[in-house]
Amino acid sequence: MDWDWNFVREIMPTLIQGVKITILATALGSILAAIVGLGIALARRSENRLVARSVGWFAEFIRGTPLLVQLYFIFYVLPDIGILLPPLVAGVIGLGLHYGTYTAEVYRAGIDNVPRGQWEAAKACNLNGRHTWTHIILPQAIPPMIPALANYFIAMFKETPLLSAITVLELMNQAKSVANTYYRYIEPMTLVGAFFLVISLCSVVLLRWLEHRYGRIER
Amino acid sequence: MTQWSGYLGLILQGALVTIELTLMGSVLALIMAFLAGMGRVSRFFIVRAIATVYIEFFRGTSIFVQLFWAYFVLPFAGLSLTPLQAGVLALGLNVGAYAAEVVRGAILSVGREQYEACTALNLGRWQGMRHVILPQALLVMLPTFGNNAIELLKATSVVSLISLADLTFQAQVVRSQTGSTLMPFLSVLIIYFALALIISWGVRTLERRMARGLDGVRV
Repeated sequence: MDWDWNFVREIMPTLIQGVKITILATALGSILAAIVGLGIALARRSENRLVARSVGWFAEFIRGTPLLVQLYFIFYVLPDIGILLPPLVAGVIGLGLHYGTYTAEVYRAGIDNVPRGQWEAAKACNLNGRHTWTHIILPQAIPPMIPALANYFIAMFKETPLLSAITVLELMNQAKSVANTYYRYIEPMTLVGAFFLVISLCSVVLLRWLEHRYGRIER
Repeated sequence: MTQWSGYLGLILQGALVTIELTLMGSVLALIMAFLAGMGRVSRFFIVRAIATVYIEFFRGTSIFVQLFWAYFVLPFAGLSLTPLQAGVLALGLNVGAYAAEVVRGAILSVGREQYEACTALNLGRWQGMRHVILPQALLVMLPTFGNNAIELLKATSVVSLISLADLTFQAQVVRSQTGSTLMPFLSVLIIYFALALIISWGVRTLERRMARGLDGVRV
């Protein structure tokens, strides 16, 4: 077990290429998860029982099954029915869908926390359904849920190495390929671990700040 | 048709490996959770520090990175693990870190008066923990432990990437042998979901049994 700094310097550019893709996938996945989560949360509150039930079951199913298998499903099954996706797009869809079912619960809690009086006031002001949501409910519901959402986005960031299984060239995949080329696993694997550890430790500080800034509900 | 039954047998073999991994990983995770969770509320600074470092380290990087590190880097340090050993180790230590925070939270959630009652009854720290605090805290931990067990079940899918023949691995085998994609992946997803349902049902039953006789005691 010997650590070679020269080797580290040599592989750094390749790993940084991977970091870029990792960050890109996390950013796109987070955006998608935020949208999908809101969609699921709204659908589960729908007047139409059938829609609410089936979306609820679908979300439950996705939350109960591994992300890796879902990625395989998107990557291998969809092309058979004529939808050919680049690996990165398939990965982002997988991440977004999987974490969307988690963020849906955050939205649900946030929306339930808006006091009943606000709904009644919106009705009293003669706002229609869409305006009630966009002007009254969501602006009050979203700020308190920002820390919880950020928590899931950080969790998603840590799961991005799974995308290497569907050939996305993110950090883990780059590390694996340099490790296989030079047959040196210590440096690349440890660097990947250290990178994720440093980012997650920093994100703990960010989360504290978000909780301080948005976490309190003003009543 | 005989062909399909053969492939189904392959997938069921994978299901057995997944169940085995989940059980062994859960046992290790439970042990680590109690060690680290009680370590975090210890009187001694050094014990608290070790527990905190363990928890932050394993929560800071994903299971995937830890698994690869255990499987590819540890052999260079003279510690060769079989895929199964590496899988159980990574799963147990990773989920144990999450569950340790659950143990800590549950212990802290037991009211002050219970600790004071322990002192009044002249129980030692360990006796109080064993006979008064933990029996009450256990009930608080149980639902979250159920969620952790499902997370562990889902995380077992990544061991397929270090060539352990679990459900996900067998689905890939069937895909590469038959070229069919929908059948293997959909059936594997359904099996994972069924296992997750069994876990949540089991935890709910256990919770009901443990709560028996506590009616009126707990608020």
